[in-house]
Amino acid sequence: MVRAQNLHKRYAKRRGAEFTAVDGIDFTLRRGECFGFLGPNGAGKSSTMRMIGCVSTPTSGELEVLGLDVREHGRRIRSRLGVVPQDDALDGELSVTENFLLYGRYFALPRRVIDERTRELLEFAQLTDKADARVDELSGGMRRRLTIARALINQPELVLLDEPTTGLDPQARHVLWERLFRLKRDGVTLILTTHYMDEAEQLCDRLVVMDQGRIVAAGTPRELIDAHCAREVVEARFDPDDLATAAKALGAALAEQRIETLPDRLLVYADDGEATLHTVNRQELRPITSLIRRSSLEDVFLALTGRTLVD
Amino acid sequence: MTTTLPPLRRWPLVRGEVAFWLLHYRRTWRSSIVMNIANPLLFFVGIGVGLGRLVDTSASASLHGASYLAFLAPGLLAAAAMQTATIESAAGSFLSLRDRRNYRAAACTPLDPIDVLAGHLLFIAFRIATSAAAVLLVMLLFGVARSPLVLLALPAAVLTGLAFATPGMALGVTIRSRETFFNTFRFVIMPMYLFSGTFVAVDELPAVIRPIVYPLPLWHGVELCRGLALGGLEPGRAVLHLTYLTVLATAGLLLARRAYRRALHD
Repeated sequence: MVRAQNLHKRYAKRRGAEFTAVDGIDFTLRRGECFGFLGPNGAGKSSTMRMIGCVSTPTSGELEVLGLDVREHGRRIRSRLGVVPQDDALDGELSVTENFLLYGRYFALPRRVIDERTRELLEFAQLTDKADARVDELSGGMRRRLTIARALINQPELVLLDEPTTGLDPQARHVLWERLFRLKRDGVTLILTTHYMDEAEQLCDRLVVMDQGRIVAAGTPRELIDAHCAREVVEARFDPDDLATAAKALGAALAEQRIETLPDRLLVYADDGEATLHTVNRQELRPITSLIRRSSLEDVFLALTGRTLVD
Repeated sequence: MTTTLPPLRRWPLVRGEVAFWLLHYRRTWRSSIVMNIANPLLFFVGIGVGLGRLVDTSASASLHGASYLAFLAPGLLAAAAMQTATIESAAGSFLSLRDRRNYRAAACTPLDPIDVLAGHLLFIAFRIATSAAAVLLVMLLFGVARSPLVLLALPAAVLTGLAFATPGMALGVTIRSRETFFNTFRFVIMPMYLFSGTFVAVDELPAVIRPIVYPLPLWHGVELCRGLALGGLEPGRAVLHLTYLTVLATAGLLLARRAYRRALHD
């Protein structure tokens, strides 16, 4: 569906300086899968999405979307894509139905087809009873569902979602995830960017981790965790003043294991969490609280870059 | 892989952008038309019963024997076209890119930046035509048109408006703050309104100022509309004015095309 080779995007800045947003990435996307770009803000996820969406031209490298070269067939590719931008770009002054109508017009669809699909998509977005409401009056979750439904008006084979659940409350996120699962089940290929590791774990079949314009790891969520982290993590919270001392003591006691120091706690990676927790709690300097959890993509990111995803 | 792809026709897509503007206009057209008619109406009544009498009693030769109202009316027609065009283009495209963000939505669809530009420009031309038609209607009501050619003042006013609309659209998607738009209006459009022979014939102005007036696009529009309304437009001068305005509109279009490409895609 999408194939990128040595893809670069550089922006000109003032005084002739350049900013490299995407620094030579390769990836291939298969039909029917959900593919994720995971990384912190500024990692180059959105720039990559804009290039796939054919609103941004690659500076160098190759990029094919739906088997077509983006430099030559931008219009044609866009006519077969669904795009869900981060900031919705809905028309707040118009009603929900009118937003579908206008968007359908952009794809030169006949009125009859738009009306028919609007009915189906309102149902999909669970907005049937809001059909005539002004978009300004909708909640954040409803607006996001509307944006996704609107992006489906041209029955796209590939849907791009840029940070689909950023800014939504947990309940609205779960409703949205469930809708996206349904889309995937119906055979639509999805690409999404996110800086939430739980979202990537929930939705993505495969993903790449991006940092500073490069891909630092790729695989299924499970593969990534297995390759880069121990199975479990012991999180031990300390008073910030004691953190350095505690890290030193634990480093000596558990020399074989990887320990990460965060501003308020230590993470100890372990194949046997119980045993490690036991060791942690037996130290002279005891943690304020401690817990064992499974390793997640957050830990993968930390292992790869030494930084956390969301700070 | 070589595949022959069916052509993707451009016009249906441009129509998509036009549809956007018409749907929005449908919500405001009544108040918009009332404004378009009330504005010249108030002006005409005010000038007709007030200032006009004063000027007409000290009648000057430069009015070509017309009443001051008949002299002023075509000037207002051209100026109204300029004003509508500037607001609709510069403010309209600025808001479309940054506030309402409908340009951003359209950029993700098969529309190319040039299609967005073409669709919006068609709507602006329509808006210039409606506001000019309103002034023309009031002119006919007041019986201040002396030549049947006055009806040609409508396309002349639209052309005048387009000479402002195309650079206006280029400006709107380029500027970063609305302050720039307000300043352009204050320091470019308003002075042009006052010094383009709208209120006073250019021959009446001091000789030092005249060379500054001739390059002003509004002056060409005013001369064109006035010549058509009062009669006596020389063909040679008509061609000059038409060419000047057409060149400006075309140059603006080229600038706008480049500006839209940069603003909508990168």
